[in-house]
Amino acid sequence: MARFVVRRLLVMIVLLFVITVITFALFIVVLPSGNPAALIAGRLATPAEVHLISVRYGFDKPIYIQYLDTMKNIFTGQAYSYQSGFNVLSEIEAGMGATLSLALGAGIIWLLTSILVGTLAAVKAGRYTDRILTVLAMVGVSMPPFFLGAVLLYFVGYKANIIPLANYVPLTTNPVQWFIHLLAPWFTLSVLFIGFYSRVLRSTILDTINEDYVRTARAKGLSERQVLVRHILRNSLIPIISLWGLDLAQVIGGGAILTETVFNLHGVGQLARDSIGRLDTITLMAIVILTALAVVLLGAVVDVVHAYLDPRIRLDT
Amino acid sequence: MATISGPASGGTEFSEGIDAGFSGDGQELPPGIGPWSLAWRRLRRNKVALFFGGVFLLVVVLCLLGPVYSHDIAHIGPDTENITGTIKVGGKTEDIVSLIGIPIGPTWTSHYLLGADLEGRDVAVRLLYGGRNSLEIGVVATLITMLFGTLAGLLAGYFRGITDGIISRILDVIWAYPAVLLGITLGTVLAIRGIGPLHGTTLMVPAIVIGFVYIPYVARPIRAQVLTLREREFIDAARQQGLGNFQIMWSEMLPNLASTIIVFVPLILANAILLEAALTFLGAGVQPPNASWGTMITEGIDNIPAAFHNVLVPGIMLVITVLSVNIFGDGLRDALDPRAKVRIGR
Repeated sequence: MARFVVRRLLVMIVLLFVITVITFALFIVVLPSGNPAALIAGRLATPAEVHLISVRYGFDKPIYIQYLDTMKNIFTGQAYSYQSGFNVLSEIEAGMGATLSLALGAGIIWLLTSILVGTLAAVKAGRYTDRILTVLAMVGVSMPPFFLGAVLLYFVGYKANIIPLANYVPLTTNPVQWFIHLLAPWFTLSVLFIGFYSRVLRSTILDTINEDYVRTARAKGLSERQVLVRHILRNSLIPIISLWGLDLAQVIGGGAILTETVFNLHGVGQLARDSIGRLDTITLMAIVILTALAVVLLGAVVDVVHAYLDPRIRLDT
Repeated sequence: MATISGPASGGTEFSEGIDAGFSGDGQELPPGIGPWSLAWRRLRRNKVALFFGGVFLLVVVLCLLGPVYSHDIAHIGPDTENITGTIKVGGKTEDIVSLIGIPIGPTWTSHYLLGADLEGRDVAVRLLYGGRNSLEIGVVATLITMLFGTLAGLLAGYFRGITDGIISRILDVIWAYPAVLLGITLGTVLAIRGIGPLHGTTLMVPAIVIGFVYIPYVARPIRAQVLTLREREFIDAARQQGLGNFQIMWSEMLPNLASTIIVFVPLILANAILLEAALTFLGAGVQPPNASWGTMITEGIDNIPAAFHNVLVPGIMLVITVLSVNIFGDGLRDALDPRAKVRIGR
């Protein structure tokens, strides 16, 4: 087990390093945004001023020094957007409240709902309940979040006036308004995952039903309900929980970019979208790197937890 | 002499699949039927999957007929603007775009069948032309993913060792980025820079980006399958007969991977069409003046609540298309390989 953890950690560190290098290369080397110093100096600057800025920001240094400086700045919170002048890390922090509220709320909703839906579909496999749930799940995975969000905003928000029209209210400002404002975003984000997770859980349960230990459990006289909850569900949930950890990491890292944008929640995802609009490379780079970091970190945690729960995995690697 | 059924490798899995999926009907299968015709039988019995496969074909045909519709029925081009024009609906003359800038809704006649957008363009005509672009991007992206995903998985699984190490780590890196964020990053950079001779605003740029993003989703399962295949006796036999590595991969491995590859095609296609719309919505996909379902939905959302049919029409079309590909793909998987764990996502 210890060897497995150490190996996984080493892979993780190398992966993170490569990701930062590639992201940096994409934005700084491949993207010819012109001379960044000229961009900061503005249209009326003299060549001397541009040179001064170039020296101050370190654009005249070799590329690997620039890489190290940029990484140091991003991780120590010293990176400033060339476009807006804001501190990149505090911008991300400002969006974190909305993003965390969205991610955790939706995460709980989509996990619990898909366990219910997936189990129901598996128990009723082949019957009408299963068919209807399958079609609904398919609609869920086929629905772009920004389209569903727009439909909700228009019909439930604008026409029926039941939900507020977008924006985010911090939990500390007004818990009731926080909850009401997040209802539609939670629903929108969950639909996609419920469709996907319930399908995965359904097929995992159907696989597990044929396992020997399930037959043993039945043979020793447990009730169907006990077999389902204690033996089948308990084992089928392991992959679902792993998936959930990874997806949650993605959503927290700005992966809910579509939902955040359509509901105007001003989270990390929307910050990423706005950064694209104004080609704010430093901010976008920081978000992409931090997201990849969250995904890789949680990926490693999930792998280790998974290996702990299911010893068969350790033998595979 | 007994009739041999299908390739030795596929036979057992397929007959098991029948027991698992169709234990209900006690119909005796005639001997000597190959796995492909078995799969076709199973697919034919799945009426829901066939129906949605038909819906997708209909969408494709309609989109391909876009120029005919534009020329002979609507008599207006996809980019023809008509802000000041009027149209007769049920005897009344109405502005195509009203004085306060609200475009006309669906008229259900040959002109402006599904209404107009803010520039007075015919939504129905644009829907078909935009659909051509969305489908084109989806198909090209799927081809790229399948080609490189299969190739990477095959090479990594077959040669193992250093080859596998390098390919798998590259896949890990692509995998570590969330699909949408990687798409945005590449989409933004390449939309400005272009790819080699390709200008950044061509449709091929988002297609290549989307195709690239999904490569690990295909390469990983293929690699796993090749790893087990290469230990099988028939590969040993092929090697004993003096076949080279690439001959073995081509004539022994690939036919055994065919069902996995086929099952992945609709899955990737559905997700590629969705990702096109998502990237376009975020400004990193299809660039103006090109139209796609993604650009139409985005323009519509920017103008909520003035003309909601501008969101609904392309949105519903997109959902119908993706849904039909998904349901058909699900049926295809059940028919080809009922036990396959083929899925997109982590």
